[in-house]
Amino acid sequence: MFMFEKALRGGRGYWAWMTVLLAVAGAGAWSYGVQLQTGLGVTGLSRDITWGLYIAQFTFLVGVAASAVMVVLPYYLHDYKLFARVTILGEFLAITAVVMCGLFIVIDMGQPSRVLNVLRYPTPWSMMFWDMAALGGYLALNVVITRVTLEAERTGAAPPRWIRPVIVLSIPWAISIHTVTAFLYNGLPGRSFWLTAMLAPRFLVSAFAAGPALLILLCLGLRRWWRLRVAREAIGSIAVIVAYATATHVFFLLLEMFTAFYSQVPEHVLHFRYLYAGLEGHAALVPWMWASAGLAVVALVLLIVPATRSRDATLAVACAAVFVSLWIDKGLGLIVGGFVPSPLGAVADYVPTARELTITAGVWAVGAAMVTAFFKITTDVRASDR
Amino acid sequence: MRPGRRVFLRVAGSAAVASAAAVALGCAASGIRRRRLGMAIDVRKCVAADGCRSCIDACHRAHNVPAIPDVRHEVKWIWKEPFERALAVEDADTITAALRGRSVTVFCNHCDNPPCVRVCPTQATWARDDGVVTVDAHRCIGCRYCVAACPYGSRSFNWVDPQPFVPSPLSPYPARTRGVVEKCNLCEERLAVGQLPACVEACPEHAMVFGDLRDPASDIRRLLAERYAIRRRPELGTRPQVYYVI
Amino acid sequence: MRDRGWILGAFAVVLVLVTWPAWRAVASAPPRRPDLPRPAGATACVAPVEFMRASHMTLLVQWRDRVVRDGVRTYVDSDGRVVTMSLSGTCIGACHTDKTKFCDRCHDYAGVTPTCWNCHVVPPAVTVAGGVR
Repeated sequence: MFMFEKALRGGRGYWAWMTVLLAVAGAGAWSYGVQLQTGLGVTGLSRDITWGLYIAQFTFLVGVAASAVMVVLPYYLHDYKLFARVTILGEFLAITAVVMCGLFIVIDMGQPSRVLNVLRYPTPWSMMFWDMAALGGYLALNVVITRVTLEAERTGAAPPRWIRPVIVLSIPWAISIHTVTAFLYNGLPGRSFWLTAMLAPRFLVSAFAAGPALLILLCLGLRRWWRLRVAREAIGSIAVIVAYATATHVFFLLLEMFTAFYSQVPEHVLHFRYLYAGLEGHAALVPWMWASAGLAVVALVLLIVPATRSRDATLAVACAAVFVSLWIDKGLGLIVGGFVPSPLGAVADYVPTARELTITAGVWAVGAAMVTAFFKITTDVRASDR
Repeated sequence: MRPGRRVFLRVAGSAAVASAAAVALGCAASGIRRRRLGMAIDVRKCVAADGCRSCIDACHRAHNVPAIPDVRHEVKWIWKEPFERALAVEDADTITAALRGRSVTVFCNHCDNPPCVRVCPTQATWARDDGVVTVDAHRCIGCRYCVAACPYGSRSFNWVDPQPFVPSPLSPYPARTRGVVEKCNLCEERLAVGQLPACVEACPEHAMVFGDLRDPASDIRRLLAERYAIRRRPELGTRPQVYYVI
Repeated sequence: MRDRGWILGAFAVVLVLVTWPAWRAVASAPPRRPDLPRPAGATACVAPVEFMRASHMTLLVQWRDRVVRDGVRTYVDSDGRVVTMSLSGTCIGACHTDKTKFCDRCHDYAGVTPTCWNCHVVPPAVTVAGGVR
């Protein structure tokens, strides 16, 4: 249906890569089986830190999904022709990210067999209900959009007229998925780290840095190792987006810190202190948070200086730095930091277990395999049209 | 008529009988005045009995709460918390010596505006008409959103199968399975048969007073009218219904 | 269609795997209908036996929702008796006192493992030999 047959034909390198990914996914599935049998006690989570790696990956990946808007919007609303060949890659990345989000949510549930209770007892006052609705809708939109536009590329005809309003709808929808994800956290009394209206803007802007950074890395990789050509100017334009978004992300983070440290309200200060200095002898995340900060600075320098931004090698380093920095900031610090100290003042560290890491790696492998297959299909469709 | 339908009608009929009985007994569902159940804790009496675990033991035994040695996976419905932490008193040095460093009983506040209920995506936790915030373990999907939402740390998640850790002998109350959230239910199963909550009954100091906060003649209202009481983190707007009498 | 052999072969393998439990059941000796002792002392169940045999789980789910969600704890059965809606208290505690010889025996026969027992552990006071599962 998705021209899947094209993903089933490939060279030795393609199949070797897919085999590695499926092996990692298999290891993850095995570990998940163990978690299913014995409970979430196999993770490093605890009474005080009840969400960790899984939910953090979910949050980060909602951002990756939403960031497709950064290539879709210029192309469809501003007729920015350079992005003509890259929008579909962004949309495929979004589909993959949403599927990974779904996997992480189910993996994090204590009773995954009851997941349909969310639909059996729809609860509009719960933000989780809206998050599910937003993500499901976004997935459906992108499946339809990629299917129709790729089919048009294959036949060489113009896409049907009705798809344009669908694509335009996907733009605010992308903003909504990450806004609602922020609402999951920032409406909770007593969790002062998240209780800030800045959370949704921070989520969006860090997503608009990390997602396009990943897209650049994929495009550079495709140019080098694959036949898929993405114009250098298009990559250059995305790099400018990543530069602005990363700078804004750092600015927003500093705004949060100012409010906390100048007001000196303990319940705002303590979370930042735990993350960047440690609290009561617990400092598991301190090296990670400083690594994130350091990488952000390196990335900003490389992205702002025109010479380094326009060279492939330095741009790749910058984008990798942005991605890792934001993965730490959002994928570790933002979720775990909100739980330490606990509302009762308890301080504890959270260290993911090997089991938990294997499961997480398995989901990332599924994502990598999906992206590979999607990009393979796109490459083959474009190779056959002339 | 098919048996399924007949049985259903019987269930509906029995509901009518039960509510008629409830009216006759002068309690819930009368339609005239709903109860608002709550609790008051005499902090001075409670902290004076340092090391006392009567309420905890009674509650945990009555509800088959597991005694899990790993603190990370602990399940607790009611426990003792240092006074300064429980009632968020920052400047501990100036607290009267009678309270400093002592522990006070904490449990679910059965809030009037419970954030846990607001966030639950399946209505597996909800507030009853009489104010008891309760959990339907059959419906809980184990997402732990309510745990994140509770500003009092009152909710426990079953990280592991709790049953090997339930001390014997077992009580008739159902145990829980791994992957669901649980917490104090204000002994709704005991209230239904006219008993007091297990903790209240077990307290040797008579430091816990249970009652209907809408009834001006109740013991709890009389106590709150006489003495100064505070609640845990009232600034959050959750309107807790457990009062700490200072 | 040069892949026909592969496709049909894989299809056959999946078909056999999916229907495997049925084949195994057919191959082994047919199980005897379980011998379910009538509870001593009790004269009638809360509903006719035929209904209970086929639909006791439906009734139990109705009971569960009435007790847990609505706070209603009593049930008037088809003979007009008022009973407490409780699996471990009434069904097992007051009537089918040996869970292993009644509930478990028939569930084993039917090849089902209800999750009810994960939480509704029968207290030792009403458990007879065999303990709770």
